[in-house]
Amino acid sequence: MEIKSMRFKANSEASLANVVLQGNLKNAKGKFVTKRAEAIKELDDFEGTRDAAAAIRNKVIDNLDLWLERFETKAQETGAQVMWAKDGAEVCRLVTEIARKHGVTKVTKSKSMLSEEAGLNQALEAAGIQPVETDLGEYILQVNDNEPPSHIIAPAVHKSLDDVADLFHKVHGTPRKTEIPALTREAREVLRGHFLTAEMGLSGGNFLVAETGSVALVTNEGNGRMVTTMPKVHVVITGIEKVIPTLEDLSTLMRLLPRSATGQSISNYFSILTGVKKPEEHDGPEHLYFVLVDAGRADVVGGEFHEMLRCIRCGACMNHCPVYQTIGGHAYGWVYPGPMGSVLTPLYAGIENAIDLPHAATLCNQCGVVCPVKIPLPELLRKLREKQTDAGLRPLTERIGLRVWAWVAQRPALYGLGASLGARYLKWLAGGNKSIRLLPAAQEWTNGRDFPAPQGQTFREMYAARRKSAAQGDAK
Amino acid sequence: MSSREDILGRVRAALHRNAGNAATAREVMAAALANRNPGPQPAVAGEPRALLERFRLKSEQASSTVDIVATEADVPAAIAKYLAAMKLPTSAVAWASLGALDWAGAGLKVEARGARDADLVGITGCFCAVAETGTLMMTSSPDTPAAVSLLPETHIAVVQASRIVAYMEDAWNLARAELGSLPRAVNFISGPSRTGDIEQTIVLGAHGPYRVHLVIVEG
Repeated sequence: MEIKSMRFKANSEASLANVVLQGNLKNAKGKFVTKRAEAIKELDDFEGTRDAAAAIRNKVIDNLDLWLERFETKAQETGAQVMWAKDGAEVCRLVTEIARKHGVTKVTKSKSMLSEEAGLNQALEAAGIQPVETDLGEYILQVNDNEPPSHIIAPAVHKSLDDVADLFHKVHGTPRKTEIPALTREAREVLRGHFLTAEMGLSGGNFLVAETGSVALVTNEGNGRMVTTMPKVHVVITGIEKVIPTLEDLSTLMRLLPRSATGQSISNYFSILTGVKKPEEHDGPEHLYFVLVDAGRADVVGGEFHEMLRCIRCGACMNHCPVYQTIGGHAYGWVYPGPMGSVLTPLYAGIENAIDLPHAATLCNQCGVVCPVKIPLPELLRKLREKQTDAGLRPLTERIGLRVWAWVAQRPALYGLGASLGARYLKWLAGGNKSIRLLPAAQEWTNGRDFPAPQGQTFREMYAARRKSAAQGDAK
Repeated sequence: MSSREDILGRVRAALHRNAGNAATAREVMAAALANRNPGPQPAVAGEPRALLERFRLKSEQASSTVDIVATEADVPAAIAKYLAAMKLPTSAVAWASLGALDWAGAGLKVEARGARDADLVGITGCFCAVAETGTLMMTSSPDTPAAVSLLPETHIAVVQASRIVAYMEDAWNLARAELGSLPRAVNFISGPSRTGDIEQTIVLGAHGPYRVHLVIVEG
């Protein structure tokens, strides 16, 4: 997928100005948050489960090469073929080759963010193979001229019922429906035909189980089951970091993933798929391929951002992020939005291609608090900011400003003087009002909101005054 | 260099892999793979009656309906009654493992085979059931095809009360003991298929069944 993260500022301004989108975001805000809060209450030891989950993920990432080899061996033993892709282009090439080899003309897909990374749909179309997205949210976006998803769990969360009603009326040529169940039924009927006729099913993988060589899929709609049961070929595209050791570990992670994602105790369907159909079986694919994808992941291993590889793609960080809630997912400009996206995009797509993303956070740590695998997201965002500054990627004025600030901050008397002059200047700017409409040096900040005017003394003045009165009290 | 070698090579380099630390890591891996201890689990009372009650409660929370019968011989009549009450068709596709029940005696036309698109009712058993979350565990085989619980709009599952376990980890141990290796498909099912993709409003019956009805056999 084309990276548009460098347009973050313009994109978020457009999002803020988009009345329809703002209404949809406001409507969606908080629903996942409330449901998650309820669902985690069911766990007697939520924190202990988070610790266990983080430990499981670390165990594999710390020796990822050996775990990948182990998974590969087990998967091959079950009759699956394992392939490796360095980048999105190789994913597209491998999947197209598999499709050609089996004479595939149509591919049904359950949600795969990696396929979005790779731009796989466009590649398949170019090769004359029809890709059909079957997750309802992804389907809505595909028929809307391949619109990108704005959330990793709820791809069409930015769309309203009205949007979908108009869209289905237009693309299906059916009478406009205004009830959500009717729209869902309409999509079901269109997609059922595709499920039954596609020669190949394509899925992501929530986890790869090293013990058994299986892929685990977490779904609600049943489309994941359809694409892995009905076609004769099943291709799993997944990142190399998704391996976990055992089925017991899978159960631990499953106590957290659906709860953190949608606030469910467990997803409707949880499928663990191992190998291919036996000759006497009625259903299941005859061919199973795993495409294990690097696309930036291998270079994160063992480095200062390696904790990000624990991510299990639940979306809790974005659901709880005040920035994401306000601007929505498209503004981030690539596949992964919100705090996890602001870390992953620079890591996978290049730090120079996503300059603003690590700054699209208040570092309030809501994301860190809710992350089921305890990724210190604000810490990683801060490290990315540091790296940008070190690499000279931040604007000159900002770098000089930070240097000046650092120099002054190390000289208390000067800092005190500066703060008191600054406070007086701001008070003067406010001209007796409680807030400042326009800050000459920070217009971008005040374009969207007022700056509160300093009231009374500076902290240091108050502190000095208190010490003085305390000393007088002692003297008495 | 193949992509496999390129990717693994970079991972190995990043982890400073050498023969010495590989040997140590392999020991850690073997221990991790042999470890059958579950992670933290929420409390689930283990006595049979409590397991059944929890399974029933959690299944209902997942929008399934639940009926309890005394013996397996009561199953066809119970299902016939449910289908009549719901005004659903009386013909169904079923797992071969249930083919021997007296369906005709209950007025039902049941065929034991793989599922087709036109099937409106699918009747299955289950490998076991998990009380913690109200979940059916289905294991695929020639006699227990996966699509029977997927294609029809109504899925009816027969659950032996003695096969209700507390946790998913117990289900894995049962599978290891009774099946040896995992079958092609293990499907955990918790209620009818659903979506919340339009305005986060939950709608039942996305691509799979609109309704799931459980008949628990106590005897």
